[in-house]
Amino acid sequence: MIRYIVRRVLFLIPVLVGVAFCVFTLLYLTPGDPARMVLGDLATESALQEFRAKEGLDQPYLVQFGNYLYKAVFHGDIGRSYVTKRPVMSEILVAFPYTLKLAAFAMVIAILVGVPCGILSAIKQYSIFDTLTMIFAMIGLSMPVFWLGLLLIILFSVHLRWLPSSGFDTFQAMILPSVALAAQSISMVTRMTRSSMLEVIRADYIRTARSKGQKESIVIWVHALRNALIPVVTLCGLQFGHLLSGAILTESIFAIPGVGRLMVDAIKTRDYPMVQGGVLFVAVAFSIVNLLVDLLYAYIDPRIKAQYR
Amino acid sequence: MNENVEMVATTGGRKTRSQLGEVLFRLRKSPLAMFGLAVVLILIFCALFADVIAPHSYSKQNLSHMFEAPSRQYLLGTDEFGRDILSRLIYGARVSLQVGFIAVGIALFVGGLLGAVSGYYGGWIDNGIMRVMDVLLSIPQTLLAIAIVAALGPGLFNLMVAVGITSIPRFARLMRASVLSIKGMEFIEAARAMGASHTRIILMYILPNCMAPLIVQSTLSVANAILFAATLSFLGLGIQPPFPEWGGMLSAARPYLRNSAYMSIFPGLAIMITILALNFLGDGLRDALDPKQKR
Repeated sequence: MIRYIVRRVLFLIPVLVGVAFCVFTLLYLTPGDPARMVLGDLATESALQEFRAKEGLDQPYLVQFGNYLYKAVFHGDIGRSYVTKRPVMSEILVAFPYTLKLAAFAMVIAILVGVPCGILSAIKQYSIFDTLTMIFAMIGLSMPVFWLGLLLIILFSVHLRWLPSSGFDTFQAMILPSVALAAQSISMVTRMTRSSMLEVIRADYIRTARSKGQKESIVIWVHALRNALIPVVTLCGLQFGHLLSGAILTESIFAIPGVGRLMVDAIKTRDYPMVQGGVLFVAVAFSIVNLLVDLLYAYIDPRIKAQYR
Repeated sequence: MNENVEMVATTGGRKTRSQLGEVLFRLRKSPLAMFGLAVVLILIFCALFADVIAPHSYSKQNLSHMFEAPSRQYLLGTDEFGRDILSRLIYGARVSLQVGFIAVGIALFVGGLLGAVSGYYGGWIDNGIMRVMDVLLSIPQTLLAIAIVAALGPGLFNLMVAVGITSIPRFARLMRASVLSIKGMEFIEAARAMGASHTRIILMYILPNCMAPLIVQSTLSVANAILFAATLSFLGLGIQPPFPEWGGMLSAARPYLRNSAYMSIFPGLAIMITILALNFLGDGLRDALDPKQKR
């Protein structure tokens, strides 16, 4: 197991360097002079020169990338906002808890709704419940998050006045954004649970359990579910990563001050370091979540561990 | 002699169909796929003949008809400038399909090429290309698209490039997997023994056999690309007004949720139906193109 963990962690390093390289290159390609953006239009040419020399902006491309990487890894410095002039990292760290909370809430909803629906659909295959669930799942997959968000606001905030349409401080305020963000994941989890469950309940060992007279509920909930959930766990991990990035839209619709909102505002003000910093941060978070999922997967599925013995 | 000819023609007692005919025959058996196909054809028709079908101009402002609810004159109502929403949706189909097809075209060409080279040659070329794809895949698609458009600047062309780039890894991996499974087969060996060049083997022997998964992936990717285009436009990074784009229309409707909810309902519905249709069609094609399901 330790060998597996070490291998997976080591494999993460080149991926993260690659992500940083992509993000850095995109920032490098953006039009406009960073020195001018930071110092403003009134800055003198000598002040601009001095700033470029100090920040290493006059260095060759690869040297600049090396510096960027060094500062990001050892000082947590991924640039300075053009607008607020504050370090990008500290702004992100203030906003990230909101994004994390939103994604976690959505994930919980997706599991609580998706897994039972998927199991019931599989047990009652081709029933009305199964058909309806699959239709809703398909609609959920095709529905843009931002549209669902708007529809929820129209219904629950404007017409029924049950829930607030913005903010994220009270429990009531958290419901609409979490549900909007969760919709797609609910559909994915439901479909995955259903197909994985269908595969498992046809397996020989389930027939054995039934033929020795085991109660149907125990066959399903004890024998089948444990194996059927293995692919669902992986999917949930991947989904969590997507929820982190999907939160960008949800946050901007429901006015939640998370990383996504920060990035969308930064896009509007052309605050490139903030946009790229946000992308880098979420991409790194996404990779780490994926790593954790892989490790969890190896823990529950002994076949993977066995490959690295 | 005559008898012989007749026997050959009626072998098996069933009509012989071309490959395309066979696929269409199987596709027809799935009502959802046919629904998808119908919607896609209608959208293509709308996109091509928007100038003829649209009842009003998409850009002409009419300040005496602002915020009109759906009526006989304006079937889906009017927006904050008195422009007809139905006409804007019809023109919007043009942008959405354009982005969808061109972005997927870019991804299919670049990703397919990279995947084919990677799978065919193997070794360090394969390793190099696939690691780059891994890096691209480790950045969530929405995020990568946002970063690229933010760097390139908003606009139709940049939007297509951004969405295209983010879809490349999927095609590369799919193509590589198909090539790997095909390149070891005997007919490739035979082609090589006959002295066919690498390019000829890839283009004439391997590529035609990889088409099925690529077609399915392309259909599903067009849906994805349309969703991304709408997402980016919603965030103000896509098509710039006054040209109508469904995501942009939704974004513009946001301030008027309280009194003119229809303004945000119809564009969203258009996006959802389009994506749903493409997903159904993709699923149907997957089944229809699967030779194991041949009956």
